[in-house]
Amino acid sequence: MPLLMLMADVSADYGEAVKSDVFPPFDPTYYPSQLFWLAITFGALYFILSRMILPKLGANLERRSDAVADDLDEAARLNEQAEDAQKTLEKNLAEARAAARAKSLLAEQTVSEEIAIETQKVDRQIDEKLKTAETRITVVRSEAMDHVQSIATDTTKNIIAKLGFEVSEKEAVKAVEGAMDD
Amino acid sequence: MRIAFAAIEDPIKQFEVKSLYPIKNVFGYDLSFTNASAYMVLGIILVIALFGYAASRPSLVPTRLQSIGELGYEFVANMIRSVAGEDGLRFFPFVFTLFFFILAANMVGMVPYAFTTTSHIIVTAAMALFVIGLVILYGFYKNGLKFFKLFAPSGAPWPIYFILIPIEVISFLARPLTLSLRLFANMLAGHIMIKLFAGFAVALASAGIVWIPFALVSFIMGIALNALEFLVAFLQAYVFAILTCVYLNDALHPAH
Repeated sequence: MPLLMLMADVSADYGEAVKSDVFPPFDPTYYPSQLFWLAITFGALYFILSRMILPKLGANLERRSDAVADDLDEAARLNEQAEDAQKTLEKNLAEARAAARAKSLLAEQTVSEEIAIETQKVDRQIDEKLKTAETRITVVRSEAMDHVQSIATDTTKNIIAKLGFEVSEKEAVKAVEGAMDD
Repeated sequence: MRIAFAAIEDPIKQFEVKSLYPIKNVFGYDLSFTNASAYMVLGIILVIALFGYAASRPSLVPTRLQSIGELGYEFVANMIRSVAGEDGLRFFPFVFTLFFFILAANMVGMVPYAFTTTSHIIVTAAMALFVIGLVILYGFYKNGLKFFKLFAPSGAPWPIYFILIPIEVISFLARPLTLSLRLFANMLAGHIMIKLFAGFAVALASAGIVWIPFALVSFIMGIALNALEFLVAFLQAYVFAILTCVYLNDALHPAH
């Protein structure tokens, strides 16, 4: 340590700087004081930390981790709830859809049934009307035929009368019938 | 040259203990309140202020300072848990106090002109001996004579024990020595180095214009060393605390 030697050389320049020959950390003068104050300060720090500060700090940290865990639990619970709601919603939707389909199918059936019944009814009515019409036609035709006979008889009688002959009703009818049968 | 070098302050002077308030002759001992004592008090005040503040704010979302305090708490708790297991946490307040007492002392010592209490062998030795004493007392209290298993790790073939046991005993006895010397020597050497380089920078700068580049190099070295010393200040506190955990682990689980 040439520097230290230099220091010793110039020690006169700044007086009491190098006053002790002992290296200060190995100077036992203040060992009792060092130990005493170390014990006091270390003990005080230990007491204050372990009794007052650390339990509070630990409780704070625990409370925070508890709060975080609680929040996470709550979030998980809410998430589950949301999922349940989603499932219920989907189920309800599916049910509603199925019900609607069934209803529309039923309605379709009823309507087609009604249509069939109505058609039948209308058909029957038409048939009935056709029948009455037909019978009326036959009646009218036979009536007309009767009239034709009587007209023919009258015409025959008149033609013969014009020719100067007298003919009885019966004979005229007979002749007409005979002609018509041909 | 003589005048120039006179500007260098003695790098050893910073370790001098000076009485501030003499308390002499307590049962024959000098228990004066010294600058070392004052810096110890300052250190614990800083620790108490930081953690007291952090603990007094129970807000769910922590502020910055509160977060630092809580990080410190978790840091020490995790350190004990990983080294000594869950049952090592009974020593949590002690390890916490030890770590932050040393860290505060080292960090306060980094302030220029401040005194570094951990640069005195008596202080580090007292703490190391206390730790080892605690390990031995708790080891015998908890395990009884099974604590001696510490010196005979199981699983070795029996002739090996003739060498193994002496080695284990010696390494156990060396623990307080290495524990105290490591911290003491690191703090002492670091502070001497910083002081030397800083002193050289001033001395060379005032020695003449030709010396300016050398002064600059010395100055930059001083800055670099200062940064390194901050790392060492933290690291040595951490090493002391984690070795304490390792030794306490031996007391908790001697059969390893």
